Amino acid sequence: MSILVIAEHNNSQLNPATLSSIAAAQSIGGEIDVLIAGYSCQSVAEQASQIPSVEKVWVADNAAYQQFLAENMAPLIAELGTGYSHILATATTTAKNIMPRVAALMDVQAISDISAVISEDTFKRPIYAGNLIATVQTTDSIKVLTVRGTAFDAVPNEGGSACIEVVDKVQDLGISSFVDEQLAVSDRPELTTANIVISGGRGMANGDNFDLLYSIADKLGAAVGASRAAVDAGYVPNDMQVGQTGKIVAPDLYIAVGISGAIQHLAGMKDSKIIVAINKDKEAPIFSVADYGLVADLFAVLPELEASL
Amino acid sequence: MKIMVTVKRVVDYNLKVRPNSDNSDVDLANVKMSINPFCEIAVEEAVRLKEKGIATEIIAVSLGPQQAQEQLRTALALGADRAILVQTDENLEPLAVAKCLKAIWDMEKPDIVLMGKQAIDGDNNQTGQMLAALTGCAQGTFASELDVESNRVKVTREVDGGLQTLDLALPAIVTSDLRLNEPRYASLPNIMKAKQKPLDVQTPQQLAVDISPRTKLLGVEPPAQRQAGIMVEDVAQLIDKLKNEAKVIQ
Repeated sequence: MSILVIAEHNNSQLNPATLSSIAAAQSIGGEIDVLIAGYSCQSVAEQASQIPSVEKVWVADNAAYQQFLAENMAPLIAELGTGYSHILATATTTAKNIMPRVAALMDVQAISDISAVISEDTFKRPIYAGNLIATVQTTDSIKVLTVRGTAFDAVPNEGGSACIEVVDKVQDLGISSFVDEQLAVSDRPELTTANIVISGGRGMANGDNFDLLYSIADKLGAAVGASRAAVDAGYVPNDMQVGQTGKIVAPDLYIAVGISGAIQHLAGMKDSKIIVAINKDKEAPIFSVADYGLVADLFAVLPELEASL
Repeated sequence: MKIMVTVKRVVDYNLKVRPNSDNSDVDLANVKMSINPFCEIAVEEAVRLKEKGIATEIIAVSLGPQQAQEQLRTALALGADRAILVQTDENLEPLAVAKCLKAIWDMEKPDIVLMGKQAIDGDNNQTGQMLAALTGCAQGTFASELDVESNRVKVTREVDGGLQTLDLALPAIVTSDLRLNEPRYASLPNIMKAKQKPLDVQTPQQLAVDISPRTKLLGVEPPAQRQAGIMVEDVAQLIDKLKNEAKVIQ
């Protein structure tokens, strides 16, 4: 077996999410190669070549791949992928956009968001917002998979010496182009890789009150998240949403503040190691998944919490 | 401009599903079925494009059993002009759905296909991207805003880091995220009128599409349950537990 892992990066840094796909590839077994497709991304290729379990790093360096447009990435991956038994990518929004397009070009039924590897053709994955776990076996000869990052521990990223090879062919369909982006700028850790996450819900009452969470987060070195209710109410931007349709997180410590605990939210955080819930409603479903629950008014508790850290 | 919008019949999002008695599949006996919420957002967007004078015709398409006509009638009540059901009792995988939709796309030649980004049953998030691959169209997935011009569409997408805007040539495939719009409710007169709108029924065989499954469901199980925790009295006790029992903060 030979596995091609599609790396996630920003043309200068390898996204650590990629290391989870390499871990999943290791549990499948076989030779692991990595594709870096981007623009002026040589440094990313060098970072990937340091990952001990990787044998070869393919680099496709062209302006057509700079923004990772699915229209251009998919034919590149589909062509390179024909030489492999498995094609994997961690289920970020970039991979979720590209990988099904790859699969359809290869006439393969992709398997999304795998949370466990049972064998080289059988995988577990959450369905119904994580309320059920399905075990799925595929008959396709090439398996196209996206990997739930939180379900696989990242492999080490230093000590290896994979060879780097260039992919010359350029795929530029010319039917889509990048206009602009509004990316959140934050000094805090990234939500999906932070060791501690503190999230606010509708109970925060407005966006300004999230400052209470930011000051605690800065003391803990935590990332700040939000429930869908808080995002829909306009308190905070969508990239902070934790849940089935937002980000899936599994930190060592997850603190849910003023979050009732809708199924959609639980689906995004219930694999956290320790969960703390702070809510004034003692019947809130969030308490059923919390290791430590505190029934209290968050506006009284948060300043006290910050002061005690 | 012609818009094709897809709707999937799924378990109502308010219901909690369970495995059946032998854990071989999801128990769907006698549960309430509805339009997939993301598809409802796609229908709403199509209707708004028509109200703005951009869209001239909206065709709603669904795949599934005969009862999926209910979801198509809902789409018609919301403002679609006509509907097509690709009727089958087989459990269709996203690739098979995309192939059937490609066959309809070839016949209808829509300028834009609006779809939900994922269905809340399988949570695959694949069909739109696959249809884009099969048609060779540009794709705007996870859309939170659309700006349609004569031969292009600007799509603002919800991505991990924030928002990204792409410019796509038409025809294009667009999949909706949660914040694209807030769907309306169908009015009673429109529900009555929808019963008179045309609803065409096809089969995968008539469309000459091979829908044979590529995957096999070996079983479903509930996820591992968390142990019930404890309630703490105050902040001091909480911090003590986190430091000395859970050892997750210093």
